[in-house]
Amino acid sequence: MIAQPLTVLNTRRAPRPRLGVFKFASCDGCQLSLLDCEDELLAVADRVEIAFFREATRRPLEGSFDVSLVEGSVSAPEQEAEIRDVRARSRFLITLGACASHGGIQALRNFSRVDDALAIVYATPETISTLPSSRPASDYVHVDLELPGCPINKRQLLSVLAQMLSGGKPRIDQHALCLDCKRQNVVCVLVAHGSPCLGPVTSTGCGVLCPSYDRPCFSCFGPAPQPNTASLAERFQAIGLSADHIRRLFQMFYNQAPEFLEEARRHE
Amino acid sequence: MVNTSAVVMEKSELGNLIARLWAEGYTVVGPTLAQGAIVFDELRTADQLPIGWTDEQEPGSYRLKRRDDGAYFGYAVGPHSWKKYLFPARLTLFSIERTADSFAVHQGSTDVPRYAFLGVRSCDLHAIAVQDRTFLHGPYVDPHYERRRERAFIIAVQCGTAASTCFCASMNTGPRATQGFDLALTELPEAFVVEVGSERGGALLVGLNVRAANGEIEAAHQVTETTKRQMTRTLDTSDMPALLYENLDHARWDDVAGRCLSCTNCTMVCPTCFCHSVDEVPDLLGERSERVRQWDSCFNPELSHVAGGSTRPDIRARYRQWLTHKLASWIDQFGVSGCVGCGRCITWCPVGIDLTEEVAAIRGSDRA
Repeated sequence: MIAQPLTVLNTRRAPRPRLGVFKFASCDGCQLSLLDCEDELLAVADRVEIAFFREATRRPLEGSFDVSLVEGSVSAPEQEAEIRDVRARSRFLITLGACASHGGIQALRNFSRVDDALAIVYATPETISTLPSSRPASDYVHVDLELPGCPINKRQLLSVLAQMLSGGKPRIDQHALCLDCKRQNVVCVLVAHGSPCLGPVTSTGCGVLCPSYDRPCFSCFGPAPQPNTASLAERFQAIGLSADHIRRLFQMFYNQAPEFLEEARRHE
Repeated sequence: MVNTSAVVMEKSELGNLIARLWAEGYTVVGPTLAQGAIVFDELRTADQLPIGWTDEQEPGSYRLKRRDDGAYFGYAVGPHSWKKYLFPARLTLFSIERTADSFAVHQGSTDVPRYAFLGVRSCDLHAIAVQDRTFLHGPYVDPHYERRRERAFIIAVQCGTAASTCFCASMNTGPRATQGFDLALTELPEAFVVEVGSERGGALLVGLNVRAANGEIEAAHQVTETTKRQMTRTLDTSDMPALLYENLDHARWDDVAGRCLSCTNCTMVCPTCFCHSVDEVPDLLGERSERVRQWDSCFNPELSHVAGGSTRPDIRARYRQWLTHKLASWIDQFGVSGCVGCGRCITWCPVGIDLTEEVAAIRGSDRA
């Protein structure tokens, strides 16, 4: 997912690299993952200057950033200019989570007419100003790295920051979740229980959260590279899932990811 | 034939055998129930074994089922293999720490458990021997594997049941274990026949309540003969490695690529697959970095990623790599097949791809 080679942060210089955290249309869960770091937060603050982070400090938005973390999708008209402004201020732009990289759960509205959706959700829809669809940052600006997840995994975020701070090119693992289930001795819920698990077509990163609790993966980290969704969907059919159930599984957190979009269409 | 020095041990004595191993400093690991399957974990007592349970295995499906008896070992192999102890899924090889003007290297922990493996099946004994060739033979010995392997005490169990996915008989790797163990148990309805495979195996029995075997030896022999007859799946390896080398462009590779998820499950459950990746894991402060080795897989596109991209860019290339390595080029590389017929890759493939079928299809239309 690295769109172009990154030059690295110059790590041991003073002043420290400036970090900005920006929110678009989102639930704040990904930003919270950064605050959730707790034990590591002091180390982060030691290595980078947290120059803009509305959820954590009152510092106003000013100047430029070495690294910007962008949460949320572009969903309201004014956000189109805002995301361009963030890009212009940033050396590296990293998106956090399913919303910023693929439109998120709120992109379900992309499947219907926005006015219909507004009428269902809001008492006074005429007061709402919104774009017809929920769109990823990469529809507007160049993104250097996309961290997947709904929400992201704080370990993955810290790992990316640590890699950049130590002068490396940041990379994240994106193989199928199954590899990590097996590394962690988690028994396959699809094979042993017949649960419709999306793990075989899902990018790793969550730490095998659901399968560890005997729950199937819902793909909140989105498609792994070259996911064979058609073969997995056929398996789901064989264990008794209806076409509608299969369509809904692929229309969740990453409903706009092209591979899932296409698979969902096959079961309409 | 069953070792004629075999003795008979009452089933209730198994707990004492386990206690003896712990007392001698071993960490006893073996089959137990967890997460709806028979997995390997630490065993303190014999009643942690899946007594009275069995498994029903089909391609892509595994279910636990109650037996109508109290058998201790009345099941086939499950999702775990012994490689999780000998070749751990994640291992810190060493760490590096910044010092005032240089850096210091700290070796990873050399304090590894002395394992006693209880319930090693014949296919898995062969699998351990296959991994020995990878990690111990030849000019480069893996010290991490070596340390675990040379200290391990092995108690085999002769298979009294075969899963539908088992095909060890056709691979000449079972069901009867004939070597590579310290002790081997055959479960009869009322007792175990215990074969002694090493001096330390014999020494462990001293003081335990065992008696000389008589008719039990023939009964034990019949156990594995019956299991052998139960086995329906076969893999014909008579023309390996040539068969696969001569069919690298066979249409079947496209067919299987349509089904394969490239999810890595087959390679993870395989008791001989040894691929791994080694990564540098720095800390946030830039003071310390760990070099970590983890299980990896030829089905992970990243594994063959080099400058310019992946050398195996699609699922067809990756499945072909796995199968031709496992059954053909493994022979060139290590002198044996990489497959021991345990059937795990068939059961634990989420879409039930069966390598015996894939090979049969390629053979059926050889050079198509």
